[in-house]
Amino acid sequence: MFNSLSERLNDTFDRLRGKGRLTEADIVSAMRDIRMALLEADVNFKVVRDFVAKTKERCSTSEVMDSLTPAQNVVKIVLDELTELLGSTESKLVLGNRIPNVIMLVGLQGSGKTTAAVKLAYLLKKQGRSPILAAADVYRPAAADQLSALGSEIEVPVFRGDGADPIEIARGSIREAVDTMRDVVIVDTAGRLQIDEQMMQEAVDIKRAVKPDQILMVVDAMTGQDIVNVVSTFAERTDFDGVIISKLDGDARGGGALSIRAVTGKPIKFVSMGEKPDSLEVFYPDRMAKRILGMGDVVGIIEKA
Amino acid sequence: MGLFDALSRGLERSRETLNEVFYFGGEVSEEFWEDLEDTLVMDDMGAEIAMKLTDELREIAARKNLKTSRQLRCALAARLEDYFVPSSCDPISQTPSCVLFVGINGAGKTTTVGKIASKAVAAGKRTVIGSADTFRAAAIEQLDIWGERAGVPVVKRTRGADPASVCYDVLDEADRIAADLVLIDTAGRLHTSADLMRELAKVVNVTRKRAERMRAGPMAVHVVLVIDATTGQNGLAQASRFNDSLGLDGVIMTKLDGTAKGGIALAVASKLELPILAVGVGEQVDDLQTFDAGDFSRALVGTGEE
Ligand SMILES: Nc1nc2c(ncn2[C@@H]2O[C@H](COP(=O)(O)OP(=O)(O)OP(=O)(O)O)[C@@H](O)[C@H]2O)c(=O)[nH]1
Ligand SMILES: Nc1nc2c(ncn2[C@@H]2O[C@H](COP(=O)(O)OP(=O)(O)OP(=O)(O)O)[C@@H](O)[C@H]2O)c(=O)[nH]1
Ligand SMILES: [Mg+2]
Ligand SMILES: [Mg+2]
Repeated sequence: MFNSLSERLNDTFDRLRGKGRLTEADIVSAMRDIRMALLEADVNFKVVRDFVAKTKERCSTSEVMDSLTPAQNVVKIVLDELTELLGSTESKLVLGNRIPNVIMLVGLQGSGKTTAAVKLAYLLKKQGRSPILAAADVYRPAAADQLSALGSEIEVPVFRGDGADPIEIARGSIREAVDTMRDVVIVDTAGRLQIDEQMMQEAVDIKRAVKPDQILMVVDAMTGQDIVNVVSTFAERTDFDGVIISKLDGDARGGGALSIRAVTGKPIKFVSMGEKPDSLEVFYPDRMAKRILGMGDVVGIIEKA
Repeated sequence: MGLFDALSRGLERSRETLNEVFYFGGEVSEEFWEDLEDTLVMDDMGAEIAMKLTDELREIAARKNLKTSRQLRCALAARLEDYFVPSSCDPISQTPSCVLFVGINGAGKTTTVGKIASKAVAAGKRTVIGSADTFRAAAIEQLDIWGERAGVPVVKRTRGADPASVCYDVLDEADRIAADLVLIDTAGRLHTSADLMRELAKVVNVTRKRAERMRAGPMAVHVVLVIDATTGQNGLAQASRFNDSLGLDGVIMTKLDGTAKGGIALAVASKLELPILAVGVGEQVDDLQTFDAGDFSRALVGTGEE
């Protein structure tokens, strides 16, 4: 559907070929291409503005202006800068020494929290941990049934409590973990809008009750410009520790990820690549940067083969 | 509460930024047009449409000599409204009708089926729901609860069953009780998954074939795409792939009660010439509104309360 940035830049510079050295105006038109590519990838427009300003400076050096392959040079610079912005090194799940450890998931409706909870449980189980899942979403019809069904598929117990009070369920799940010798509790919570004061307060109350070692926010890879409003409020209220980007198995560029990092400074920890329990993968900034630019997830594909 | 009010709540922030854009004394500056374009991009219309709209408004402003904030705002709302296509038929109220709800994972299909069922019952329509999501954990239980809320029977099989068979069953049941409206929930799937898209095409085909042979005469089958208002530019790829595979009759946009502006609806409506049939504004049974292009456009631009 979209041309990748490198194709676009090549087109732009091809039109200018034969002129010899690139001019200031050529750089301006390249920046327009970069702006469009990032906006089409759903990078927040304010982030785009700052990014383009910064990149422009680096591209206006003689190294680029006099180069025989200016398009490649520009793409390389953009890729470097994007990778840097996304967080330069991969950032894994940090668990504390306390037993049980508590992980809490938050996010908008339908973002993928419940399946992510199960995926995390699956991952931890493979690492030799013994997780338990807590069904603290009492609003969505059959939310606890969903968690129970998925939990039994991966043979991880699910604590449902009284099915009525999310804070009590979360608290009870910790007692249950102690009683049944489980060392990690993963708390699934209801989807909530960041402007729903009552529901945001509930998330804060759950956090107070169970003092999670990690709060992870699950964000749909297809989210558009509104992402910055959403994540900044969640960051303010819950001070989450990291992000899981879900539904990256599609063709969404996932520019929202960049915006989250730029706006909240919170690291992206995992990407989710499907509906199955084993589809959670560690996040790599360089691959994400390539994806945002439409250069494909080459490394990921090679590794999978 | 009408659509305008419902949307205005969630769209408050967007209006604030538009208010900033539209607040100017004297001449309309170059900066105004740049800010306007940015604001439209922020609404998820996509950079291309944002640029086009800005150019159009510029041209209209010059031609009609529009200078005040109010004039420009009204002109923009009117122009936005033109981007939407009116719906030639309403598959939900023009019964007898069978509607399949399709879309990517978590968009709001099951919830929307539940809301529409309740509305239909209140309008005196004999309604039946089919659970053709046999994949997702507890999808059937979830739909059952919505069926109970609406007081409508839910036709289902066990998890893992063939979804096309469920559609067959639900039309048998509809035939038996002479239903006016059949609502079929399908499993969420990404438009990029060729296998799942093929499966869905089969589901739609089986439904069409069976609906032709209803005792009361052929029943019209419609396919409606459910799309989340927070969706960015990928929404266009989603809509066009679902449209290519299934031939869509319209779109329902959910989660407009948040702060997302749903500009992608405008992109989808105009590029694919699809009508927006309804919008979801919450998780409760009453949180569904019929779509009105004028209200939506005015709410986006913030006219009407100066
Ligand atoms: N293709 C794909 N689907 C996913 C992924 N993650 C989640 N899903 C699907 O997205 C839908 C929503 O996922 P849930 O885990 O129920 O989302 P949630 O955030 O718990 O939703 P609520 O509890 O309603 O707020 C389900 O159909 C999942 O199977 C992913 O990485 N890829
Ligand atoms: N705020 C808000 N939430 C909504 C709206 N519509 C649906 N939801 C919520 O979004 C989540 C997903 O809704 P579902 O109806 O399960 O979505 P789905 O498309 O059936 O999901 P899958 O079957 O997993 O693909 C649930 O938590 C719903 O309560 C809406 O208009 N506003
Ligand atoms: Mg959930
Ligand atoms: Mg569903």
